[in-house]
Amino acid sequence: MTTIQLPRPGRRRPGTGRRSPLEGGPLAYAVLIGATVLFVFPFYWTLVGASRTNAEMSSASPALTPGPNLFHNIGEALQQAAIGTALVNSLIVACTVTLGVVLSSTLAGFAFAKLRFRGRSLLLAVTVGTMMIPPQLGVIPLFMVIVKMDLQNKLPSVILPSLVSAFGVFFMRQFLIQALPDELIEAARVDGASSLRIFWSIVLPVARPGMAVLGMLTFMATWNDFFWPIVALSSQNPTVQVALRSLGQGYVQDQSIVMAGTLIGTLPVLVVFALLGRQIVGGIMQGAVKG
Amino acid sequence: MAITTTTRSPRPAAPAAERRPRARRASRAAPYGYLAPFFVLFAAFGLFPLLYTAYVSLHRVELQTSQQMDWVGFQNYTRLLEDPFFWNALRNTFTIGVLSTVPQLVMALGLAHLLNYKLRGRTFFRVAMLMPYATSVAAATLVFAQLFGRDYGLLNWALSSVGLNPVDWQADTWASQIGVSAVVTWRWTGYNALIYLAGMQAIPHELYESAAMDGASRWKQFLHVTVPGLRPTIIFTVVVSTIGATQLFGEPLLYEGNAGGGISHQYQTLGLYMYEQGWSFFHLGRAAAVAWVMFLLIVLLALANAAIAARRNRTDR
Repeated sequence: MTTIQLPRPGRRRPGTGRRSPLEGGPLAYAVLIGATVLFVFPFYWTLVGASRTNAEMSSASPALTPGPNLFHNIGEALQQAAIGTALVNSLIVACTVTLGVVLSSTLAGFAFAKLRFRGRSLLLAVTVGTMMIPPQLGVIPLFMVIVKMDLQNKLPSVILPSLVSAFGVFFMRQFLIQALPDELIEAARVDGASSLRIFWSIVLPVARPGMAVLGMLTFMATWNDFFWPIVALSSQNPTVQVALRSLGQGYVQDQSIVMAGTLIGTLPVLVVFALLGRQIVGGIMQGAVKG
Repeated sequence: MAITTTTRSPRPAAPAAERRPRARRASRAAPYGYLAPFFVLFAAFGLFPLLYTAYVSLHRVELQTSQQMDWVGFQNYTRLLEDPFFWNALRNTFTIGVLSTVPQLVMALGLAHLLNYKLRGRTFFRVAMLMPYATSVAAATLVFAQLFGRDYGLLNWALSSVGLNPVDWQADTWASQIGVSAVVTWRWTGYNALIYLAGMQAIPHELYESAAMDGASRWKQFLHVTVPGLRPTIIFTVVVSTIGATQLFGEPLLYEGNAGGGISHQYQTLGLYMYEQGWSFFHLGRAAAVAWVMFLLIVLLALANAAIAARRNRTDR
């Protein structure tokens, strides 16, 4: 993540403009480094808090560097706030949801991008139109449905409603419109390939980069989802965010343990981010141009 | 399941004339097979709850007996309009929305401009800026609540060590709203900067060259080339962050850990108010009414946005 990538040749040179973009001066670097410090500091502060004692955190002159208590505090957090269960639960939920969203979005996105059928524009309008409406507004009926299905406090209650995503469908549609040439499908059809076969051996390989980006974004969003999980689950069987909420509600008085819980709850996404940060940045910027 | 039944391929041995109509029927049904997994779940867990919220809002529904609904007409709405805490939450949603959205987007625009320069360590800066976006609302708010602590928070320690008076970041209305907005701003500035950066890279370089030849300073270039070129992107981010601001929930909930939004509800947002009605006071019907009001608010904002964009376009031509 700290590796400095050289700009790929030929990518940033638009035809006639021989001149490279403006060189950044010392002031630009100073501002950017300052901003980076602000963006990164809360992570550092979590580590400091998580590795100190409660007494050290509530003193008139706070400690500014990490201390020796990290593992003790993490152990306490695992015990007091069910963070261990929460990590496993979040992993199950996030993986299942990611798989479901990527698959269903690729299928539907392909249909919207490349197939003609009756009701296409209406269905697409419904999908895009609801993309902007926050799902938070539907939690009350959703809660009633979950109670009726007797799924309260069980993981399916947070998995089922997230398995599909209107944004995902739109994202894959935009991706496939550009990435998948019509001629490829036509040729396969002339060769007598079945619809399923076309999807499996032509669409899927082409869609893979888009699916990867959508998968990363979905995993992070699901891991961090807050409103619905705290409504549907309880602190007995929590996801990470539900466990963090109980930490924040003051069930645990010791602030350094709260910080330790926060640290391990955030660590998995940070690892994903450290490994794939560049791709995630690329995905967001691509989505911005196309979206 | 739908896919396998609608896309079963005909046996290859069948003569062409017989194969055609069946294959055609199959390919006519196939698109719906692709759409089925998405739309079945989407209808059940996406569309239905949104629409059904309106119906629920006309009933008395208690949290513990959520299967029992008694028709009350518009009573939930009239109660809402008579509740001073509802108006308080609406006002807070607006002020926190402004406090978090405006600085966020302005800073994002500035950072994107800098990131668009030729830089060493471009990728490093971009990844670092996006890191807050990867953290959850809950984690971010817990850490910021620490930083903004009244007695032992780092911020007040820093203020008093340079001789300034410490601020009560919880009890004071403006200070607490700034604290909540700080979490939002921290999490989303980098994300928006990247969106702007993507938009800036799509602006043809020749525009800058001809502006430079006309003697425009860098600041003038920014105002007269970058900003107009970014207009669609800016509108997009304004719409998305405004909608996000109307929904603000996790930050004010975890700032002090209660659904009231502070000792005198000084930073309770509409989202938090809705949660309090439903899950602290057990009135799901009233919570549904709040949800529906929030939905109307979003529709209004979207219409206002579209109108502003349309007028801008007209005056330009």
